[in-house]
Amino acid sequence: MSTLVIAEHDNATLKGATLNAVTAAQALGADIDILVAGAGCDAAAQAAAAVAGVNKVLVADNAPYEHQLAENVSLLIAEVGAGYDYIVAAATANAKNTMPRVAALLDVAQISEITSVESPDTFKRPIYAGNVIATVKSTDAKKVITVRGTAFDAAAAEGGSASIEAVDSAHDAGISSFVGEEVAVSDRPELTAASVVISGGRGMQNGENFKLLEGIADKLNAAIGASRAAVDAGFVPNDMQVGQTGKIVAPDLYIAVGISGAIQHLAGMKDSKVIVAINKDEDAPIFQVSDYGLVADLFDALPEFESKL
Amino acid sequence: MKVLVAVKRVVDYNVKVRAKADGSDVDLNNVKMAINPFCEIAVEEAVRLKEAGTATEVIAVSVGDKACQEQIRTALALGADRGIQVETDGAVEPLVVAKLLKGVVEKEQPQLVILGKQSIDGDNNQTGQMLGALAGMPQGTFASEVVIDGDTVNVTREVDGGLQTVALKLPAIVTTDLRLNEPRYASLPNIMKAKKKPLDVFTPADLGVEVTTHLTQVSVEPPAERQAGIKVEDVDQLLDKLKNEAKVI
Ligand SMILES: Cc1cc2nc3c(=O)[nH]c(=O)nc-3n(C[C@H](O)[C@H](O)[C@H](O)COP(=O)(O)OP(=O)(O)OC[C@H]3O[C@@H](n4cnc5c(N)ncnc54)[C@H](O)[C@@H]3O)c2cc1C
Ligand SMILES: Cc1cc2nc3c(=O)[nH]c(=O)nc-3n(C[C@H](O)[C@H](O)[C@H](O)COP(=O)(O)OP(=O)(O)OC[C@H]3O[C@@H](n4cnc5c(N)ncnc54)[C@H](O)[C@@H]3O)c2cc1C
Repeated sequence: MSTLVIAEHDNATLKGATLNAVTAAQALGADIDILVAGAGCDAAAQAAAAVAGVNKVLVADNAPYEHQLAENVSLLIAEVGAGYDYIVAAATANAKNTMPRVAALLDVAQISEITSVESPDTFKRPIYAGNVIATVKSTDAKKVITVRGTAFDAAAAEGGSASIEAVDSAHDAGISSFVGEEVAVSDRPELTAASVVISGGRGMQNGENFKLLEGIADKLNAAIGASRAAVDAGFVPNDMQVGQTGKIVAPDLYIAVGISGAIQHLAGMKDSKVIVAINKDEDAPIFQVSDYGLVADLFDALPEFESKL
Repeated sequence: MKVLVAVKRVVDYNVKVRAKADGSDVDLNNVKMAINPFCEIAVEEAVRLKEAGTATEVIAVSVGDKACQEQIRTALALGADRGIQVETDGAVEPLVVAKLLKGVVEKEQPQLVILGKQSIDGDNNQTGQMLGALAGMPQGTFASEVVIDGDTVNVTREVDGGLQTVALKLPAIVTTDLRLNEPRYASLPNIMKAKKKPLDVFTPADLGVEVTTHLTQVSVEPPAERQAGIKVEDVDQLLDKLKNEAKVI
């Protein structure tokens, strides 16, 4: 049995999510190879080869893969993946975009965002915004799986010594092209990898007030998140949304400020180890899931919290 | 230009769904059903394309038993011109939905197919991408902006780091994210008019598709429940608890 893990990377660096996918792959019990598809992605391939527990790194370094266009990369993964029993990726925006195409090309189901491996063909995955956990069994010979990163620890990034092998095929479907991107640059840890996350909701009132969270985030080395209401209102950009349809986080400490606690928001953060809620409404549903609740006006509480940290 | 929109019947997003006590399935007795919120955004986008003169016809399709005609009617009330139901016994897997939609695409030859990025019941986030692969069409998933420009469509996508824009050759697939638009409400006259709009029914056999099963649901269970904790008096007590009890700062 063998597993192909699809690397999440930006050509220069290997993203942490890949390490969670490797741990999930280990639970499948099969040999693990990693596929790095990109352009000028040698550094990412080197990093992948250092991951503990990996046999071989396959590198497809070709122009059509530079921006991870799903139309091109899916053709490559389906071709390379033909020789594997499992094709596994962390459920990042990239993998969510590409992996269902791979599954369809191989005429198999995709098992989305698994949170545990029960046996080689049986998995758990949350449905209905995490209100129900389903155990599903796959009858496909080949299994295409995406992994919820927060449910699996990261594999060791060092200690491995996998061989590196080039894959020649350059698939260019010729039906899509990259135009541009607006990527938020930040010195803070990545939202899905941070050990502390502080999120603001509609209660923050405007984008300017998110500064109140920044000072605290600086002191705690925290990432900053937001509710959908805060993103929809234009306070902060979309990549900060935590929830069912945003990012799933499970840090050691999650601080929800001015967030009411709608089920769609809870779906993205309720597996955090410790949850703190700051809300002026003592009946806000967020208090039902928080370990420590502070009923207070955030405009008083945040400056005090920051100064006393 | 014809636009095809896929709409799914799901449990209303306000309903907190629970697993049945015996773990056999989710309890959907008497719960309110609705059109999947992302599909509503898909319909709105298609109707706006028609209002802008870009689209000539908007077709709403749903896969499911007869009950899903209700959601097709909702789409018609929001401005779609006609409906198609692909009749199946209950829910089918995304791969099969994608094959059935491909059958409809072959029949109707739309230039654009708009789907929701995910449905709020299965949370699979697969169907549009699978349809793309099967039909050999490019895809703009998690769209926050869609601009038609001659024989291409430019789609701005919500991705992990921010926003990405891709150019796709038509015919193409778009899956909607939350910020693509704000759907309108159907007016009463439009709800009445929708009842008279044409709605065709096909079987999977009509479309040459075999309904297969690749996944079986073994059981369902509630998630680990979090116990509500305590309310702290003030910021000092909060800091004390975080330092000395939870030891997270
Ligand atoms: C299909 C779908 C998908 C969705 N996906 C997501 C998702 O991924 N993530 C997500 O977050 N939401 C999502 N939502 C939206 C969700 O249902 C809620 O609308 C949203 O989470 C509410 O955000 P909020 O808590 O910031 O705002 P509100 O519910 O308006 O709450 C604001 C809170 O701030 C408090 N407050 C106000 N002023 C102060 C003050 N001065 N001091 C202290 N507290 C104050 C109030 O008491 C209130 O509790 C989704 C909805 C749908 C339909
Ligand atoms: C008892 C039972 C058990 C089930 N077990 C499983 C299981 O184990 N695994 C499994 O994958 N599924 C299972 N299903 C089916 C599941 O409920 C979903 O209907 C199916 O998986 C589709 O996934 P999704 O809607 O999450 O797809 P997504 O890919 O999240 O949907 C995205 C978009 O695709 C379009 N779309 C999806 N479905 C339809 C449709 N029917 N008609 C029109 N457009 C549509 C919509 O535009 C939607 O917004 C089960 C259903 C039942 C009733």
